[in-house]
Amino acid sequence: MSYEKRFDGRAFDELRPIDIKIGVIKNAKGSAMFKIGDTIAIAGVMGPKEVHPKHLRNPEKGILQVHYDMMSFSVSDRARPGPDRRDIELSKVIKNALEPALILNDLPETGVYLYVYILQANAGTRCAAVCASSLALAHAGIPMKDLVPAVAAGKVADKIVLDLSKEEEDHPEGATDMAIAMVPRGEKITLLTMDGNISDKELRQALEYAKKGCMQIYKLQKEALRKFLKGEEK
Amino acid sequence: MNNYIIGLIKKKIRPDGRTFLEHRKINITKDPSKYAEGSVIVELGKTKVAVGVKMGIGEPFKDTPNEGILITSAEFVPFASKEFEPGPPSPDAIELARVVDRGIRESKAVDLEKLCIKEGEKVWMVFVDIYVLNHDGNLIDAAGIGAIAALLNAKIPKLDENEEIVHGEYQGELPVVKKPVPVTFYKIADQIIVDPTKEEEDAAEARLTIIFNDDGNIVGMQKELPGYWTVDEIKSCIETGKRLSSKIRSEVLSK
Repeated sequence: MSYEKRFDGRAFDELRPIDIKIGVIKNAKGSAMFKIGDTIAIAGVMGPKEVHPKHLRNPEKGILQVHYDMMSFSVSDRARPGPDRRDIELSKVIKNALEPALILNDLPETGVYLYVYILQANAGTRCAAVCASSLALAHAGIPMKDLVPAVAAGKVADKIVLDLSKEEEDHPEGATDMAIAMVPRGEKITLLTMDGNISDKELRQALEYAKKGCMQIYKLQKEALRKFLKGEEK
Repeated sequence: MNNYIIGLIKKKIRPDGRTFLEHRKINITKDPSKYAEGSVIVELGKTKVAVGVKMGIGEPFKDTPNEGILITSAEFVPFASKEFEPGPPSPDAIELARVVDRGIRESKAVDLEKLCIKEGEKVWMVFVDIYVLNHDGNLIDAAGIGAIAALLNAKIPKLDENEEIVHGEYQGELPVVKKPVPVTFYKIADQIIVDPTKEEEDAAEARLTIIFNDDGNIVGMQKELPGYWTVDEIKSCIETGKRLSSKIRSEVLSK
C-alpha cells in the first residue's frame, strides 16, 4: 500500500509549523523554546563558569556540557523523571552537534552548561533540542560561528518525507527516521542518527530533504533572534 | 545582599514595593503539554513551575485495596537557578515534593476511592510531576498551587476491554473534590513576609508552610531553616494564611 497523503495533510517535503521564543527562562544566561508541530523543547544555558571537577578544565578552550531530558509527562506513557539511557545518548550526540558551531577557544578554563528539556514529545525531539539549544547558546552570548538547525527526514511506507510526526514514525508499514543537524555555513552535518531500512537512492533523497528543511529552520532561527534583539533594544 | 534586604525589611520596605503579606501576581497557563492528563505552568512573579499529571495502572497498597495511588515528585531543572546542579533530586527537591504531596493527600483533594478499577488488584496511579523552571523564591507555594491546578485540569484516560489505557481518549474528569492551598511564611529580622523573591528568601531565618483546605482547616505544615517561630507568630500566620489561601483559591483555582 502506498502512502499517498500525509496524515496531517502536509506536502512530503513540508515542515510542521514552527514557533520560536527567545529568553523564556529569566535565570538562565540564555534560553529558547522551539516548537515544531506538537514537539516542544526548552533549552537553557548556564555559564561560562568555573569547571568542576578541576581535571576537566582545559587551558586551551572551554568545555560544553549537555543534559537532555524528557519531562515525565511529555509522552503518552509517563517517563520516569531524570535521564534514562536514551537521554544520556542523546545528550552526547547533541553536544557534538553543537560544538562545531561554537568558538570555545575564546573561553579557556571555563564550562558552558546546556540543559534542554522536552515539554511535549511528538517525534523529532532531538532535532527540536538542537534547534532550541543553538538559539539559547546564541542568546547567552557564547561565541559562535553559526546557528545549528536540525530536522529529521526519512521514509514512511513507500514515500520519502521531511520532518516525520509520531503517527508517521508508527506507520504500520514501517518508517525510516534520520535526524540531521547542520552548520549551514559550509553545509556541515554535525548530527546524524538513523534507524530503519532504506535504499541508497532513497537515503540520498532524504538527505536532500533534510538539508532543505534545515535551511528553512535556519532562516526562522535567524528571524527569531533578530526580532528578539530588536525588542531588547527598545 | 542579605544585610541590604534585612535593612529594608526593618524599615518595613520590600525591594519590589509590596506589602509584607502580599503575593506577587499569580499566572496559570493551562495545558502547556498536551500528552499529559493535565498540565499547567504557574508563574509567581519570575518563579516558574511546570506541573504535569500522568495516570497509569498499578496494584493498590495492601492496606488500601480500593484506593488509587498518588505519587508526587519534583525536579529542579538546572537552568532555573545557579544553585541547582544536574543529578538525582536534592534534599530540597525531595522536601518540596513531599510537602506538596502532604497537602493533596491530607486534604483528600483527590477522591482516591473513585480511582479503584478492581479492588485489591487494579487501581489508577496518579503521578504529579513538578519541574521548577525558574527559581525566584517561594517554590513551595508555586508548586503547591501548580499541583492542585494540574489535578483540577486532569482527565482520566479511557480503558479498552482488556482494561488497558487508550492514549488520547478520556472517560471523564479526575475526581478532585478539594483545593488545598499552601501559604509559606518567612521570618526576616523578626518581621513576617509571604511570597519572598529569591533575594528575600536568602535573607530569611525561618520558614513556615501552612496548607489550608477549602473549609479553612489546616491539612499540613512544615517548618524549615535554622531559625524559630513563637507560638504567637504561628497563630498570626494561621490567621493571615487562612485569608490569603482563600483569596488564591477563588482567584486562580476557580475552575
